[in-house]
Formats: sequence, structure tokens, C-alpha cells
Amino acid sequence: MSPQARGRLILLASFAIAIVMNILPGPAWAEPFVPDWVALTLIYWCMAVPHRVSVGTGWTLGIILDVLYGSLLGQHALAKSVIAFITVRLHPQLRMFPRWQQAVSVLVLLAINQLLVVWIRGAIGHAPGTIAYWTPSIVGMVVWPWIFVVLRDVRRRWQVS
Amino acid sequence: MITVFGKPLRGPSPLTRLVLLGLLSAALMMFDHRGQELDRIRAGLMVILYPVQVVAGVPVALYHGLIDLFTTDKDLKEQNERLEAERTQLLVQLQQLDALEAENTRLRAMLGAASRVADRALAAELVEVSTEPFSRRILVRRGAQDKVYIGQPVIDAHGIVGQVTQVASHLSTVTLITDPSHAIPVLDNRSGLRAVVFGSGDQDNLNIPYLSAVADIKEGDLLVSSGMGGVFPAGYPVAVVTKIENDPSESFLQVRARPAAQLNHGKQVLLIWPGQAATTAKGKAP
Repeated sequence: MSPQARGRLILLASFAIAIVMNILPGPAWAEPFVPDWVALTLIYWCMAVPHRVSVGTGWTLGIILDVLYGSLLGQHALAKSVIAFITVRLHPQLRMFPRWQQAVSVLVLLAINQLLVVWIRGAIGHAPGTIAYWTPSIVGMVVWPWIFVVLRDVRRRWQVS
Repeated sequence: MITVFGKPLRGPSPLTRLVLLGLLSAALMMFDHRGQELDRIRAGLMVILYPVQVVAGVPVALYHGLIDLFTTDKDLKEQNERLEAERTQLLVQLQQLDALEAENTRLRAMLGAASRVADRALAAELVEVSTEPFSRRILVRRGAQDKVYIGQPVIDAHGIVGQVTQVASHLSTVTLITDPSHAIPVLDNRSGLRAVVFGSGDQDNLNIPYLSAVADIKEGDLLVSSGMGGVFPAGYPVAVVTKIENDPSESFLQVRARPAAQLNHGKQVLLIWPGQAATTAKGKAP
């Protein structure tokens, strides 16, 4: 298998796992503690291989989530393409940041993602008004260092570049 | 790498792509919100992505399998006895219902009112996946091939669950009454007061806004569907009032209620095709 095809396979597999983790059923009380795995995975790959994973990938993932979630078509697609764009733009800096600073940047990106979604939901109807809506971003920041290490090892092991 | 005027030749820049895809998203959202043009595409995508949902449901299926494995004979016997008792009780109630129904039909005939046709129901199994965070939707294994339609009422053994909002060939999305975007017209079963129950996004809380301080509503009142919107048939339990707050600085009462249906317990819901009375009110056949 050519390195190119192998890389594509790894990317697809990691995104597929992230999507499944996003829709994994759980009790309602656990909802605020589930981070957006797809957004985290997208941010990592946009940072590591911005020439392969970028706005288009983010948009496609967003559409897939919209269909699976039953939300307005294009809602998550817009949010995901915006964070993909910002990450690709800032990838040289993000790579250089110490781990904690990177985690804070990820928090900002995840919050932008959620903010866009809540704006759209507010525009068409009733947005969730609870403060708990924002906890997934904070949980995302907390798990970022682990996501980073795992995906970096995956990238090195199968030499995705 | 191919270069043009010293610049590497690539696709459009990320910014161009963002602008184009952003506009595309906006167009999609507008069409999806306003009309039904995208329903076909969405239904197709839902079918394509169904395997993902099956995979996501595996852990829960395994868990249920494990529970079944450790269910003892004694548990089953106990459950059987309980169900038997429940059945006897329900049959007794049903005897009275038959007589009441006959009487009701006679009375309606005397009044010249349209007689109510019984609602048809179909059981639907839930697909165990979570949907958009902080929205309240469920996915059921029934779709267009079972003649499910958008706006169809969904109930369980205890009350109204919600309504169908998206339909694919063998899958549909049901928006629960607790979803922040959902509203349902109700009647206070005790006083006959009309109100609208809004979802709060919280799984066991519903809001009833716009009731003045003199409204005849009490804690513990049962709210049943009034059939006014034409979507839900009249007379199904919707919620029980749990808390009424009268803040003098607000112009309306703050009323909270708990859904009558067990929204996060059952593995099954019932799709219903309302009888004549409700469909004529809507002016549209299912």
C-alpha cells in the first residue's frame, strides 16, 4: 500500500471512530461531560497535516454529524469548517505552543464551534439556555493532551504525512 | 510539485474554500429550515449512515445481553406474576371502557357531533444512539415504508412522547416534547384551562409560560393534549404540573411540569395515526 493510501485510511479510521464516539448512547446526566470528539480529532489533523485535512474535511464531517444528529443540515458543517480554517491558518503557532497553551487554544476553538451552533439554533428556534451547554468545551480542553498524544503516536506509527 | 509563476499549484486557498462552503452551508440551512426540498437528500444520507448508528449501538446491546444472561428464573417468575396482576387490572378497566365508549357514541349521535374514530397505533423500536447534545430527539426503526409521516404523534404507555420530524425509508427522528423547540397545546384536565407546554431541553422539565396569576392551575394537575394544533389527537396525557411560582415582578406565572411519558426509560414507543376527528381539524390526511 502506498504511504498516501495508508495515510488516507488512517485518517478515515480516526474520523470514523470519533463520529461513533460522538453518538454513543449514554445517560442524560452524562451529556454535559461528553466532549466533541470529532472537533478534537479534526483540530489535531488540521494542525498536523494541514495540506491533507482542512476546510473541506471539516465541512464533510459536519454534514455527517448533522444527518446523524437530526439537526439542521449545514449547522455543524459551518461550525466545523470555521474551526478547521482557523486551525489551518494558525497551525505553525499551535504546533510550537507548550501543551497547556495548546489546550487553551483548543478550548477557544471548541467554544467557537459551540457558539456558532448555538447561534444558529437560536436563530431558528429555542437555543438551550443552560450554562451546562458549555461544559463539553471545557472537558475537551482537559482531554486534549491525551488526544494529542494518542493521535501523534498514531501518526508516527503509520507515518501519516 | 508543479509550479506556476514560482507558486506551487494547488486547489483554492483555505479562505476561498471556507467562503464557498460557508455560503453552501447557509443555503442548505435556509432550504432545510423553510422547505421540504432537502428531505429526500437527508433521507438518503440517513440510510447511508445507518451502519454508523448500528456500530454506536453495539456497547448498549452488549450490556443488555449481559443483563439478560444474568436474569434468574426467580426474577422472571416475579416479573411474570407482576405482569399477570397488571393485566387483570387493565382488563377490568377495559370492561368499563367498552360500556363507556358505547355510551359516548350514543350521546355524540344524539348531539349530532362527529364520532371519534379510534386511533391506529404501531410499535416502534428505538435506535440506541444519542443525538445532538442539548436537544431532545430520538431515532426509531420505522420509516416511510411503514407510512410514517412528518408531524406524526408519538406516544408511550404513559403519555405523549413527541412528534416525528424526519423520515427516511426505515428510520425516523422523533422530536420529544422536552426539546427546546417543541410546543404542544394542552388542556388542564381539572379546570379546562387552555395552555401551551414548551420543552425546556431538560429531560424532566417542561415550561408553561403566558399564564396570568389568576389562571386556574394547581400543582399536581394533569395536562392532556387539547387537539387544538391539529397535530396531536385530543385527550392524551402530556404532563403533570410540579411547581407554580408567582413572582409579583413578572407579568406571568412561572409554571413547571414533568412529562407524563417515560421519555428515557422504554425501549419502544408507539406511532399513532389519529382518528377522523383530529385529521379533519388538520385538514390533511396522513
